[in-house]
This record gives sequence, structure tokens and C-alpha cells, in this order.
Amino acid sequence: MIAQRARLATRVKVALILFALFAVFPPLAFALNDPFLILIGTRILAYAIAAMALDLILGFGAMVSFGHAAYLGFGAYAVAILSSYGISDLVVQMVVAMLGAAIFALVTGAISLRTQGVYFIMITLAFGQMAFFFFTSLSAYGGDDGVGLPQRSTLFGRDILGGDTALYYTTLVLLMVLFALCHMIVRSRFGRVLTGIRENRLRMEAIGFAPFRYQLTAFVISGCLTSVAGVLLANQAQFVSPAFMSWHRSGELIVMVVLGGIGTLSGAIGGAVAALLLEELLGMLTEHWRLWFGVFLVLMVLFSPRGITGAIRQIIGRKT
Amino acid sequence: MMNLFVLQLLNGLQLGVLLFLIAAGLTLVFGIMDVVNLAHGVLYMVGAYFIATFAALTGSFWLGLLLTLPAAVAVGLILEIVVIRRLYNRSHLDQVLATFGLVMIANETVKIVWGTSPLSVPLPELLSGAVPLMGPLQYPVYRLAIIATGLAVAGGLYVLINHTRIGMLLRAGATNRAMVSALGIDIGKLFAVVFTLGAVLACGAGAIVAPILSVDSGMGESVLILTFVVVVIGGIGSIRGAFLGAILVAVVDTMGGVFGPILLRSVLEPAAAGQIGRMLAPMLIYILMAALLCVKPQGLFGGRG
Repeated sequence: MIAQRARLATRVKVALILFALFAVFPPLAFALNDPFLILIGTRILAYAIAAMALDLILGFGAMVSFGHAAYLGFGAYAVAILSSYGISDLVVQMVVAMLGAAIFALVTGAISLRTQGVYFIMITLAFGQMAFFFFTSLSAYGGDDGVGLPQRSTLFGRDILGGDTALYYTTLVLLMVLFALCHMIVRSRFGRVLTGIRENRLRMEAIGFAPFRYQLTAFVISGCLTSVAGVLLANQAQFVSPAFMSWHRSGELIVMVVLGGIGTLSGAIGGAVAALLLEELLGMLTEHWRLWFGVFLVLMVLFSPRGITGAIRQIIGRKT
Repeated sequence: MMNLFVLQLLNGLQLGVLLFLIAAGLTLVFGIMDVVNLAHGVLYMVGAYFIATFAALTGSFWLGLLLTLPAAVAVGLILEIVVIRRLYNRSHLDQVLATFGLVMIANETVKIVWGTSPLSVPLPELLSGAVPLMGPLQYPVYRLAIIATGLAVAGGLYVLINHTRIGMLLRAGATNRAMVSALGIDIGKLFAVVFTLGAVLACGAGAIVAPILSVDSGMGESVLILTFVVVVIGGIGSIRGAFLGAILVAVVDTMGGVFGPILLRSVLEPAAAGQIGRMLAPMLIYILMAALLCVKPQGLFGGRG
């Protein structure tokens, strides 16, 4: 118990250090005279939110959802569809995105969670693909090609998010708030039940908990939070297309979570940073960066099953 | 209307046997080895690229097919020895990640080796042309040949699994791996055989469908997800389930796209029917899957979770 507390404290510390680094990033980008970096940074932060939301169920609930990109899509399309009707307020868009994501997560989660293991992975993947095809068939919003957004979302009726730096800090604040929320969820009774189900489902059932209800709730929360990332990504790119929800994206989200070490929340944030930086870096070196990213993934699984944190621990020889 | 129905039914059947060839290997790998293999669709793509290359080199579809099969065995074995073998005792999450990495490697390698523009494979002369079905309706011989091949392979697999020694081991392995191993069977070798068999089936499916498709680097992906749905519907580990699931998914997918809007038109006005039909058609098989899972969470013939 004490060791567990200490580990939790370490995680919060790691997260706080990451947040501090994120906070000083934009001035640094300006100093380097490369403000475009801020847009890349916003993208990384948004994915960090999504990865953290996925970690909530993957790491703490052992639910390997391979359809989480669908929720990014719900967020992104909430922005596209609402702003085409003249509703450009960020808060309204987020609420609608979360509602849509919650309904989808509730229905598909209730079906997927009747199964476990391999079935769960494949079924979430299939539902993710279903959402993908649904948005592909929305010809009013560009179908396959997607649709550009004429302007970013507004906040309190004003065009505050128009500037890249403002969008960056808004995303950062949301990341911090949602981290606090996830941290609270994980530490709450609910979170402990969820972890208990991960560790020993049978025992939790025997002492009177219904795993299904807890898992479904976590699944819905995770879907909602991921859709927030989708809203931010749509604003970052000012463009929305079904590519946001392709199954490759779902795979990349899992990669981020695992890269940072699952079940740590702050690890998911670090993993998102590491994965996207690796992508950018490899992308600069070669046009075929996916090849090397794939090689990296296979090697990581074969030789360092516990992600980057595992590798670091191996190197510095600390036991956990 | 009747003609269209028969035509679409045959198209559905053709897609169905193709899906079965791919799903059969996937469901065996899932059921017996308990490995999630996202890279299975890659094998289908590789099969198509192989035959495109070999047929162009030898100038003959048949020689190309003859060369594709040993190449498929080689790919299957190499993949099993280098990566898959190390994943048997790992978590599903690790398996997902490693095979996701394989998908990225394969898609990119294909682009490097064969370029990004789609390839085409000429129809073998023996099977070109069409046969009259009923009235003015004609159907390509080649598609009929695919259906026949698929059914023949399904029959062969049935015999292999239910009436041979290796089939017995496969069934025993699916039920209780540790027991089979304790009885002195080299389970590692058995797994290698199963994986390679699945690889050959998927490569073969890619090879025989290559003449009627354009061969490109994305072709494995759409098929992979469809096969997942097939395996989920049929029940993991069940060849019989894979067969029924494949036919069901393919027929619903082909028929839904054509007859969905027509059916909707009888209850809605044409414009709305077209719009909703286009939206629903690609989602139909997933709705089918969801509905089936509500009734039978383990799929049609699935025994285990």
C-alpha cells in the first residue's frame, strides 16, 4: 500500500514535470523562430489526451479497445457538423461530441463487454470500422475526402482560439484538467474496483461486484474523453476527414499507451510525445518512415515488453 | 430483378469463398495458438503481389500460381520463426502491437519494392469469357472458378481436420494445448504447420483473386476487418463457423449494397431512400455482427471465450 502510494506520487511528479515542459515550449518555439512547432505541439497534446483516456480502460481495466479512433472522429465531426450550422462555440461542441461518443460507447461497449480477450479486440475494431464507414458515407461533409473548417471554434462568442499559441495553451489546460480527473478516477473506489477486476475478475465477482457495470462505465468515460481530443485535433488541423478514425489511428493510440508503460496515465502522455516525435523524426529522415516505425514496434515488443519506462528501469536497474 | 438477384448472389458467393480462405487460417491461428494476428491481411496482399510478379516473369498465370505457393510457404515459415513464435506466451496486447508493426513493415515494403501504382494480372486464357446462366444473363467463368476452388478447399479442410491424424492433433490442440504437449506431441512444430497452412491459404486467396482486382498496398486492410467480422460471427477456432460466417457476411454485404436502397424505396421517398441506403449499406455487416453477438456472444460455433 505504501509502495503503491509512492508510485502514485511518482506518477504525479512525472506528469507535473511534463506539464512544466509543455508550458515553456511555445516561448522556446518562438525563440527558435519556428512557430509552426506550436501546431505540432498542439497535435501532440491532443493525442496525449486521447492516449490517457485509452490508458484509463487499457491500463486500469485491461480492456484492449482497438476502435478508439472512432471517438476522435466523433469529436472532430461534432466540430465540422455543428460549425456548418453556425454553432462554433467550443463548449457546446465538446458537450455534443461527448454525448455522441457516450451513446456510441454505451451501445458498442455493452455488446463488446459481453466478451473478453481476443473477441473484445476484434469487436471493438469492427465497431470502430463501422463508425469509419458511417462518416465516409456522409457526402454532405465531404465523404471520403473530408471537409475543411473555415475557422476555429470560438470561446464565449469570441475568436480566442484563432491564434496557434492560444489553442496550444487551451489544449494544455484541458490536458491538465483531464489528467487530474483521470487521476481522481483511478484513485477513487470506482478505480480500485476497476483495477481489482483487471487483477482478478473472479474474486471481484465473488465479493459482490458486477464487473460489467464498472467496465462499461469506464469504457463510456474513456470514449467521452477521447472525443475531447478529437474536438481539439479538428481545431488544430482545421480539417476533418474519416482518416481521423482509421484503424491505423486506433493502433497508434495503443502504441502510445504501451510506449509510455500502461496503467500509469503520465506514461500515456509521455508515450504520445515519444511516438509522435519518433514519427516526425523518422518522417524527416525518410519517406518510408512507417517501415522503420514498424520495425521499432516489433523490436520493442520482442525485447522490451514494458515500454520505454520498462527499458529505462532495465537500464538504471530499478526494480518495481 | 430476378437476374440482378442471381448475379449478386453469385458475386456474394464468390466474395464469400474468398473470405473463407482467409478466415480459415485466421480462425485456426486464433483458436489453436491463441494469437491475434493483425498481419493476416498482409499475407493476402503479398499473395496477390507474388502472382503479379511471377506471372509477369514467366508469362503464364499458371506458372505464376505454381511459384506463388512455395513462396507463400516460405513467407509463412519465416514469419512464424522470426516473430510469431515469440508471441505465443505473450499477452494479447503484445501480439496486437507486434503484428500491427508487421502490417506497417509489410505495407511500406510493398510500396518500396513494387511502387505505389496498382498492378494488374491478366486473366488466364483458359478461364476467360463468360457462361450463359439464364436468359440473357452471363457470368464470368473465372469467378465461377474461384467459387469452385473455394468450395474444393473447404471440402479439403473438412477432411483434413476431421479425418486425418494432423487434424485430430489440431482439434486436440485447440481444446487443451498443455495436454497435447504432455502426450509427447511437438506443439511448436504443430503451431508452425498451422500458421504456415493459414499463410498459404491467405496468399492463395490473394493470388486467385488478383486477376479480377487491382493489386495495391491497401488491399489487405479492408479484407482483414471483414475476416475479423467473419471469425467473430463464426466463433473463434471453428472452420465450420468461418465458412458459414464468410458466406453470410459476403452475401449480406453484396446484397445490402444493391437491394437495401431498393427495399427502402418502398417505404421512403426515393431521394431519402438512396441517401439512407448508401449510409446503411457499408454498416450492415457490423449491425449483423452486433445483433448476433447479443444472442450468441461466442459466435455461431464458438466454444471458448
